[in-house]
Order: sequence, then C-alpha cells, then structure tokens
Amino acid sequence: MQSVSKPQKPPVIVSPNSFLAWIGKIFLLVIGLFAVYILAINLFDKPYLFAQNVINGIQLGFVYALIALGYTMVYGIVKLINFAHGDVFMVSAFVSFFAVERFALHQWPQRLFPGFNPSLSTVIGTVTTILLSMVICVLLAITIERVAYKPLREAPRIAALITAIGVSFFLEYFGLLNFVFSARYIPYQRPFEVVTWYIKDGIHLVESGVTPPDGAITISNILIIIIFATILVQIFLQYLVRRTKIGIAMRATSFDKPTARLMGIQVDKVISFTFAIGASFAALGGVLYAIAYPSIRTLMGVYPGLKAFVAAVLGGIGSIPGAFVGALIMGQAEAMTSGYISTPMRDAIAFSILILVLLIKPTGIFGEPEKEKA
Amino acid sequence: MDITAMIFSLVKIVAVIAYLYGLLWVLGVKLKKVEIAGKLVDPSLGVNIFGGVIAFGVIQLALTKFNGFSLLNDFDSGLLYQACTMTMVALGLNLIYGFNGQFSLGQWGFYGIGAYTAADITYRWVNGDSRGLVVVGVGVIIGGLVILLIGKFLSNLRRMPVLSSFTLYLIGSILAGVVAVYAGKLAAPLLDPFLGDSLNKGVLAQGLPMQVVFFLAVVFAGIFAAEVSFLFGLPVLSLGSDYFGIATLGFSIVVYTLMVNSDTILPFPEMKGGRGMIGIPKLTTWFWAFLFLVLVIVIMRNIIRSSTGRSILSVREDETAARSMGIDVARTKLMSFVIGSFFAGIGGGVYAHFIGFLSPGAFDFLVGFNPLIIIVFGGLGSMTGTITASFGWIFFLEGMLREILGKISPEAPSWRYVLYPLTLLLLMLVRPQGLLGSVEWGFLKSKIIPLRKSETREGVNNHE
Amino acid sequence: MKSFKLLSIVVIVAFLLAACGGGATAPKELKIAVLAPLSGPVPTFGEMTRDGALLAIEEWNAKGGVLGMTLVPVVEDSQCTPDPAVNAANKVVNQDKVHYIIGEVCSKASIPISEIANAAKVIQISPTSTNPSVTVDGNGITKPYIFRACFIDPFQGLVGAKFAIEKIGAKTAFVMVDQANDYVKGLAEFFEKAFTEAGGTIVGTESYTGSDTDFSAILAKIADAKPDVVYLPDYYNIVNLAMQQAKEKGITTPFLGGDGWDSADLNLAAAAGGYFTNHYSPDDPRPEVQDFRKAFEAKYNGKTPDALAALAYDATNLMLSAIKAAGADDTDKVKAALEAITFNGVSGTITFDASHNPVKSATILKVTAEGVKFEAVVNP
Repeated sequence: MQSVSKPQKPPVIVSPNSFLAWIGKIFLLVIGLFAVYILAINLFDKPYLFAQNVINGIQLGFVYALIALGYTMVYGIVKLINFAHGDVFMVSAFVSFFAVERFALHQWPQRLFPGFNPSLSTVIGTVTTILLSMVICVLLAITIERVAYKPLREAPRIAALITAIGVSFFLEYFGLLNFVFSARYIPYQRPFEVVTWYIKDGIHLVESGVTPPDGAITISNILIIIIFATILVQIFLQYLVRRTKIGIAMRATSFDKPTARLMGIQVDKVISFTFAIGASFAALGGVLYAIAYPSIRTLMGVYPGLKAFVAAVLGGIGSIPGAFVGALIMGQAEAMTSGYISTPMRDAIAFSILILVLLIKPTGIFGEPEKEKA
Repeated sequence: MDITAMIFSLVKIVAVIAYLYGLLWVLGVKLKKVEIAGKLVDPSLGVNIFGGVIAFGVIQLALTKFNGFSLLNDFDSGLLYQACTMTMVALGLNLIYGFNGQFSLGQWGFYGIGAYTAADITYRWVNGDSRGLVVVGVGVIIGGLVILLIGKFLSNLRRMPVLSSFTLYLIGSILAGVVAVYAGKLAAPLLDPFLGDSLNKGVLAQGLPMQVVFFLAVVFAGIFAAEVSFLFGLPVLSLGSDYFGIATLGFSIVVYTLMVNSDTILPFPEMKGGRGMIGIPKLTTWFWAFLFLVLVIVIMRNIIRSSTGRSILSVREDETAARSMGIDVARTKLMSFVIGSFFAGIGGGVYAHFIGFLSPGAFDFLVGFNPLIIIVFGGLGSMTGTITASFGWIFFLEGMLREILGKISPEAPSWRYVLYPLTLLLLMLVRPQGLLGSVEWGFLKSKIIPLRKSETREGVNNHE
Repeated sequence: MKSFKLLSIVVIVAFLLAACGGGATAPKELKIAVLAPLSGPVPTFGEMTRDGALLAIEEWNAKGGVLGMTLVPVVEDSQCTPDPAVNAANKVVNQDKVHYIIGEVCSKASIPISEIANAAKVIQISPTSTNPSVTVDGNGITKPYIFRACFIDPFQGLVGAKFAIEKIGAKTAFVMVDQANDYVKGLAEFFEKAFTEAGGTIVGTESYTGSDTDFSAILAKIADAKPDVVYLPDYYNIVNLAMQQAKEKGITTPFLGGDGWDSADLNLAAAAGGYFTNHYSPDDPRPEVQDFRKAFEAKYNGKTPDALAALAYDATNLMLSAIKAAGADDTDKVKAALEAITFNGVSGTITFDASHNPVKSATILKVTAEGVKFEAVVNP
C-alpha cells in the first residue's frame, strides 16, 4: 500500500459524459434490458399467459393501493411509519368474517323482509358488512392513535415507530389467543359467490368441473369489484384533499404543523382524521382481500401491509397518486416474477426494484424533493 | 413455587446486570501512576486486563462442573451466549442508528450473513474440505484490498456518480471472488489431507488448530458481512433516512430469500435451504463469547471516543453543520454502517457455533425488529444501555417468562407475546428516550475534558 | 473499591441463589416434558400436540402412573424456532431435570432439541417432525436417544407417488412446493423421485412461499401444462387457497397432498376431489382410534383430534409403555425398550427401524364436499 500515496495530486473532475460517469448507467441499462428481454420472450411465446399474469398483477396491485393510501397519508402528515396499519387491515377481515358467519349480515334485507330480491339483498348486505368493518376499523385506528401515538408527538420519532411496532405485535399476538381470533387459518365465508369468466372468442362463464379451452384468459367478478372500488376511493380522496376544508387542513398540517396550528387548524383532530380515513380504506381493502383470497388469520396483514408500504415508498411517500402508481408497479412486478422467474424471488425482486427506483429518484416516483432541513 | 421461581429469575437478571456493570467498571478503572524501580508506571491497563480476566474467570468457574454440579447449568449458559451475540448485534445497530442516526432494519440480514458464512467455513473444515476457509479468507482479504485500491483511485475524482462508483466496486469484488475460488481450488489438495473426514478428524480439524480456524471463521464472517454492507450501503446510504430504512428492510428480506434458496439458487447444498443446516460444530465456549463480546465493546468504545466517533456523532446531530465543518458525511455514514455490520457478522458467527443448527426461520425480518427494540429500550446512543438491555431482554423473555409462565398453567405460555409488546408500549409511553437515555457507565463513560487547574474539584466524576 | 466489593458479593450471592432455584424433584414423581409451539406463528400445531400428550399423561395417571410414580407434565413453549427451542430444551433438561421429552412439532426446532437431548442422554420422541436429520446426525449415524412417531418424508412421498400412479392412473404430475418449508420440500422431493422411478413424468415444479395468498401465476402454468395430478404437500391453509383458486379457474385436475391437509379447518368445498396421505383417520373403526377420539372429545369440549394430536398421544404412550417395559427410570433401558417395542397406537402398529423411524402403514383419505373419507391403507 505504500506506493500509491503521492501527496497533493489535484482532484480530477469526472465530466458527466465520460466513460466513468456512464458505467453506472450502463449497469442499470443492462439490468433493465435483461428484464425487458425476459418479458418480451414470454410475451411472444404465450401471449395469453402473459395477459393472464398482467391481470393477476392488476388484482394484487389494486388491493395494495387501498392499503398504501393509509400509509402514505399518515406518513405525509406525521412522518410515522404506521406498522399497525397492516393489522387494521387484518381486523377488518375478521370483523367482516364474524358479521357474515355469526350474524349473516350479508343477507339482512332478505332475512328482515322475506320476499326481498335476493341479489339486491346480497348487494345491500355486502355493502353493510363493508361499512361495518370500516366503522370498527376507524374506531380502532383512532383509539390506537390516541393511546399510543398522540402522547409521543413531541418525543423522538423513533419512540413513535417503536410503539407502532409494539401496537402491531400486540394486535397480532393478542389476536392469536384462543378466545380472540385464535391462531387458525380460518376459511373465510364470502358474502357472495365469486364468478369467473374466460375470454376466448368472446366472454363465457366458467362452469364448475369444466376446464376452459387452451389459451383462455380468466377474470372474476371480485377483480372487477376491486378495480372499481379502488378507483372510486382514489377519486373520492382527490376530491377530499383538493376541494374540502378538511383536505386543505390536512395539506397545511403536513406542510408545516406549527404554522398550521397558528392558522387555527386543530392539528390533533386533523391527524386523527387522517388515521381514520387511512384505516377505513384499509378496512375496505381487508374485506375485498379476504373475499379474493378466502383464508384469514391474525398474521395475514403483515406481508400485504409491508408490500403496500413499499408501494407507497416507491410511488413517493406522501403522494396519493404515487401510492396508486407504486402499488400497480408492485403488483405487476410480483405477478411477472412469479410468472417468469420464480415465486420465492418475488419479494427480493420487488425490493430490488424499489432500491433501483430510489437510486434514480431518491424520493420515489411522485415524491417531492426533500427539503434541506425539516 | 411460582413466587420462588419468580424471585430466582429476578435475582438472576439482577445478578447478570450487576455482573455487566462490574465488568464495565473494572475495564475502566483508572489509577494514579506509581513508581516502580524509579520509573513512573501507569498500572491502569494492567488492572483493567487483570479485572477482565477475573470477570471471565468468575463465570467460567460458575460454568465448570464439580461432581456434576455447576452454579450455572446449560440453560443459563445458553442464555448467556444468546445474550452475548444479541449484544454484539445490538451494539452494531446502535452505532449505525443511535450514534450515526441512520435508521437501519438490515442488521438482522448481516447477522444472518455472518452466521451462515462462519458456519459454512467450519462445517466444511470438519468435513474435510478446506475450501470454505480459503475461499472466504482469500476473498475477504483480496476484496478488502481491491475496495481500498478502488477507493484510493476514486478519492482523486470529483463528481463521480455514486452508481458508477458502486459498479466499479462491484466489478472489483466479483473479480476478487473469482480469484478466491481459484485459490481455494489450488489450496484444497495441500490442506485437505490434514483434515480427515467427519468421522476421523485429521490433525488440523481438532484441538488448537480447530480453535484457530473457528476464530478465523468468525472474523472472516464479520469482514465478509462488512464488505457486503459496504457494497450495499454505498449507493443506498445516499437516500434519506426513512428510505434507507426501507431499503435495508428489503436487504434483510433478500438475504432471507437467498437463505431459503441456498441450495437451489445459490450453490451451497450443505446449507440445505429451508431445511436448515445441520452438523455445525458447537465450538462457542464462554471463552470465545466473552472474548468477542469484550472485543466488540472495546473496539466500539474506542471508535466512539476517537475523532472518527466525534464525526459520527456530529453527522447524527446535524448533517449540514457537519459538512460545513469539513466532515465527509457520506464516508462517515458508510463507515459506521460497515463497522456496525461487522459486529453483526461477528455476532452471527458466534451464534452459529453455539446453536449448531441454522434455519432461515431464525433470520426472518420480523425477528429482526428485536435489536432495534433493544437499542431503543436501552437508550439510543448509550452503549451501557444496549448491553444491559440485550442481557435483560434475553434473561427476561427467555429466562424469566419461561420459568414463570410454564408454572402457571399449560395455557399461559401463549401469553408471552402479548406481554412483550405491552411492556414495550408502556416503556415507550413512560420513557421514550429508553431506560438509560444516553448515560454511560465505567469503561464506557466518556473522558471528562479536564477543567482548568483552579476549577478542579474532587469527585467531579461522581456528580454526573 | 467499596462498590466493587459490594458488586462481587451481590454477584456471588445471586448466582448461589439462582443455582438453588433448580429445586429437587420429589421421588414419587416422573416428569415428562412436552415441548410445543404455543406462541409465535403456528400455535395451533402446538396446542393440538400439547392436548394429545396431556391426554395420554392423564390417562396413565388415572391408571396409577408408571412404576408407581405419578406423571408430571412440564409444558414448554418452543415456538417452532431454533433459539427458543434450544432454551426450552436446556431448561427442561437442566433446570427441571427431565429425562423424557415429547416434541417438538417442527423439524427446525426438533433438530436442535435432539442434539441437546442426545448429549444429555435424555429420550426424545418427536411426534411429527418428518425431517430425517432429527434422528440421524450429519454423518448418517443414528442418535441413540432420539425417536419419532411419524413416518418420514421418503415414505410418505413414495406412498403418494404409488397412489397417484396406481389408483389415479396418473402419467404426468405437477409439483407445487414451498422452498422455505422443510416439510413441504422434503415431501415434494421424494414424491418426484418416486414418481419418476415408477415411470411417471414430472411436467413442472413451481415454488411459492408460505405467506403467499395468490397462486394464479402457478395455476396458469398448471392450466397450461395439463398434468394428470397436482402434488401439493402443504398445510391446509395453502390448500384452501390454492384449490379454491384452481376451482375458480376451472382446473379439474385432482390434487394430492400429505398429512398437512388434515385439519378441521380444511375447506371441504374447495378441497373436494383431492386426496392426501395421513397417519390416521378419525373414522377408522379400529377400537384404539375410536377410544382415543371419544376421550379427546370428552376432555376438550368436542374438539376433533387431528393427526398432530393423535401422534402426540401415540408418542407419549410409546414413551410411557417403554418406561414401563424397561422397569426403571433409566434412559438407557428405556431406549433399549423402545428399540424393541411393538406398539398398537392410534396411528397404527409401530415398530422402530435402525434409524429410529417408525415402520407403520399410511392411510389415504379422499376429500369430498361432505367430509374426509377413508380411501385406502398402504403398507410399507
């Protein structure tokens, strides 16, 4: 090592066009081209399989989008990674499960008024079930916020983060106890039947015991409901944040808390409201997720929560359209990895995409550049 | 019986913590210089080392069986070893997060890397294959040299994009890896005959040589973890704090995925993927656990007290101010991250040889929150707090709750994970800065800057 | 130095006190440790195991115990994870001075426990750990004090393959496997081996992870590959999701699985048409099975015992019968008694082979929308 040190060598400035500066970009390009190559080969090999994977990705992506909204809003306003959000999602699935299984809430119009149109009854009943889950989850989220986060608003951020982890663990492991939700994987009773169609020379219903022909693409009613609900929520949220008083208050609080307080905004109420709104969307997501993947347990929120959070970061945390776009990318990345590389690698690939995106745009796709000092 | 069990396990916790405080105290004793044969000699260092040896001896004696009876049985020693590894991992994380302010969730991944690397080296060694040691050893040394050389080369360049530097380092490390694999192939015929096989151990696979190999394996595993953390941290540390946290969480998950697929995606059939790696020689003794623990504590304390440590702290307090004082912020962050990961790797190596069986399940990212919780519990930026909290944590959760809950009823153990987050919540609400805040004790207490003569009073140190 | 003296006194006194905490055992008691995952991610397995083992202990106590000694269960939580398992094992062996261990459920916890038990000459019978490494060490040598009550992966994989070829008439098979789960992985590997050796073709292997809920990518490949049978040797939760989604996508290929399917929470509507290999069937008319089922349901408020409970019950009975046969609380004698035992248990007649694996028959069950039906018994 002794030979290298020649003192006071003037520093060389790497020009942005030199080879050295380009090595990194070439590296990224090679990775990108490789991914495109794999996708292209498979697209031309079996286009219908590719389309099916895209659809699978869309279903996942839209559910993640519902959960990601809560993360992104809470982070935008209090800079807290709310780890308990995924568990609110879980509680919602359980609430709807008990409502449907114990009280048959999904059929209440028909049970109250015996000649009620059965399909209309199912629609009203299901909506009631979802609303009930949303209300309970909102109450839960507000309680968590009041008990665990509010006292720590002035404490170092890590304290709140650790309580978030604590609340998350508590909800999960308390739920594991036998007299609560128990640790079993419970088969979820759906409020309505899932119907699938296949697309090949027109749209046909999939009948049980009959295999669809080769090259058919299947879609289900739950997929359509998820897409529909998510888009509705997005529109509602855009309206809420852009056009209403509380939305303006939320944006002001997120921008500068002390000043917002000086302007007469009740910051604590706004924060509670943000938690509530995030929880209600997670609750909606929880019910739809449980209908789509009908096996529930108390740890079910961990991975969807984590991935939704990653999606929120990918899209630029704090940004509502960002959460949506990030979730869609995550969904596609997962579906494509499971389809063409290997399912166990999908978390790894999803995180690699996150890291690559952050390297190119450090605050996520829609994120605003970080202020010098917060 | 419940009450006595509870008292005994409480006493045990108190005893362990008292022991740690004694150890830290004796390591930090400062004495006046004495005259020996006309020369002024500082006896402090001698006393410190002697005290350390005594501290080691106390537990060693308690562990030794006399007539089949020992003060500490295998249950206690198991807890001790686990607490030691946890302390190393948590200290590393405290360096990264508590002292440098980089929110990292990747510590558990480096711990896993260290565990698997060290285990693979010794596993292969006792099975008559020297390549593990040679490849990893040559790899980390050449890799380290290559990284230093490239660093030297890059230090003369300005405005080099991070991604480009990363690519250069990556290429360099891959080349070092290739060289190491060839070195392993060359060395195998020379060394393998002395290793014997798993049943008939050769000269080098038992006794003192084996202990040396174990030591090398743990150190190499630590360096390997450090080099991986260098490659990973270089691009990722340029992200903002929370983004960095998420990226490191992703790193933990990637490492877990690779462990699960170590026999399919990675070429290590002996790791057996999700089935878990069996047959790792159980070489961790109190001597090694204690040695590595003290080593980590001493290294970390010296770093914190050096000028490097002050720049690490200044980056935590205010990056802009640190930068304007001429501190290379990116370099400082990277350094603390690399050193922290090195400690995690060492901890992993010690753990692997204590438990003798590695399964990816032990390195799941959910378990990875534990070191974070421990350092927050003990107080961010307090080494004493981290050490106390690590031992207290293991002895409480695995020691005390195990003894008590089992005796209450067969149903009770399921409550363990309900009690633990509740404790966490309560502590955070009551004392958000952690049990000890940033208070240090004994050896770890920072040097008091000497006051001017006129202001010097007796016992300034005691009034902190 | 004052504080140091004080500290050292505290330390020494504390360790002395702590050491005495172990306590002495009463002579008329025989402790049996039950190690099971009671907290952590899979407590249901642990609860069933614990309930089965405790039922057996209670029955023996009602008959007056073993060799005049009352049996005292020591239940420990080992979380299905290596670290807590090691602590639990160290605790029961060193602190409680137990000589007999029933457990653990998961192989990744049983393996480290087996090393501790074997070194301490404590007999361990794992009711449900299927990984061969539980009873055999890295060099292929049988650990003398470790036994198990379930059949191992190679046998179950072989039975599955035999059944697929002979009864289903399959020529091609598709295997779904969870790489992170040693149990699933082991079964899948040995099924593949046995199936190819018997002349079948594996048309695809796809892996997923235990936390997955969406199997559509894999199912799309299955729909594309059109195998005669899909081998899915995972637990009921994965089966519920995967088979439900398969039905929704119109896949009619029969699914075949292992003992992980056995659960009260298996979604019959989703899994209908599938087969699985198991240790026992609660509908088996044999008196051992029916007596056990009645006793279990009576003790635990009508809970139907699953294979985990049955195997834990068998493992405990095996242990206690061996102790009785050995005539003394001496693990070397009990070990010899176990090696020679022929035991009529709920899960069949058990004898041990040289690797301490039980030699017993497997049951094949068929899932229908009404319930799980007994299909066939396959002998080794």
